Amino acid sequence: MGFFRSLLRPKRTSASIAKERLKIVLAHERASSRAPDFLPNLQKELLAVVGRYVEISEDMIRVTLANSGDTSSLEINIEIEGGKLKSGNDSGPALSAAV
Amino acid sequence: MAKVIVVTSGKGGVGKTTTSAAFAAGLALRGHKTVVIDFDVGLRNLDLVMGCERRVVFDFINVINGDANLNQALIKDKRHDNLFIFPTSQTRDKNALKRDGVERVMEELKQQFEYIICDSPAGIEHGAITALYFADSAIIVTNPEVSSVRDSDRIIGILASKSRRAERNEPPVDVHLLLTRYDPARVTRGEMLAVDDVKEILSIPLLGVIPESESVLRASNTGTPVVFDEDSPAGRAYVDAVARFLGETREMRFVKPERRSFFRALFGRA
Repeated sequence: MGFFRSLLRPKRTSASIAKERLKIVLAHERASSRAPDFLPNLQKELLAVVGRYVEISEDMIRVTLANSGDTSSLEINIEIEGGKLKSGNDSGPALSAAV
Repeated sequence: MAKVIVVTSGKGGVGKTTTSAAFAAGLALRGHKTVVIDFDVGLRNLDLVMGCERRVVFDFINVINGDANLNQALIKDKRHDNLFIFPTSQTRDKNALKRDGVERVMEELKQQFEYIICDSPAGIEHGAITALYFADSAIIVTNPEVSSVRDSDRIIGILASKSRRAERNEPPVDVHLLLTRYDPARVTRGEMLAVDDVKEILSIPLLGVIPESESVLRASNTGTPVVFDEDSPAGRAYVDAVARFLGETREMRFVKPERRSFFRALFGRA
């Protein structure tokens, strides 16, 4: 049985798992290490401004910079919990802006 | 013009000091006047690996502080006239390596030597950054193992942003991958990252593959750079890597599992 199963689905070696994991983690780390230095400050200031109107915490705001070819896009994602918004939207909308 | 080569890795225990010793000795054997400097302040070990621990009088920090001159601190290797060792200090002050002091010493070394090998400490702290700062070339020592590959990637990024060449917008540091402790048999069984995998992930040119070898421990036990052991596969692989560094083309050896002969299998000598 084991023999037939191994014929049907080739076993993944631990080396191939290592390679795949490394590719994913390094792609992520390379992208974040290339991010400009102002991103953390921008995130902090945005948090202060938005925080004046809605209740948010630090982990609910995400600022990322993506490069593709000769254009870059700055993406700001702010998650807002339903009950904390004055208009009282329950579905938890996300304010999103692309610059 | 003298060339500064940093041997670095990020991760500890992958073979930086072994590689620094082997590479320096290899360059000396090829007729180049070479000095190897220990940048691991507080954890001096290059002297032991080079077998000159009883001859250390003055060190790197003494020279930086002006307590000794360069020629008082340099140790001439007893095996080869072209080879010199520059030991570090055992001080616990991590910031004793002041950049302007190191720069002055490097300029002085460049007057005397063709190659200056900088044996970096592990990590990405002050000592490691100082070791790579002045580099023209870098040897990234990597084991075929996830944490080592990840740390190598990090150090490659730091070389591209924090070295003097990067700061001055000069041509970038020339980086080379040296894969150490490679076990072709385990690679064949799918238990170890293959050399091509590591090359693909890090995307830097390959300088050499050093096989896992008993002779490396034997070399450090006796304080002899492994290139002096002509029977050692690791020693021969280092000799090849040095030749490639000098611009020669040499086929990669020790990347396929060795066919054990009938007699060897019978009498069990690896």
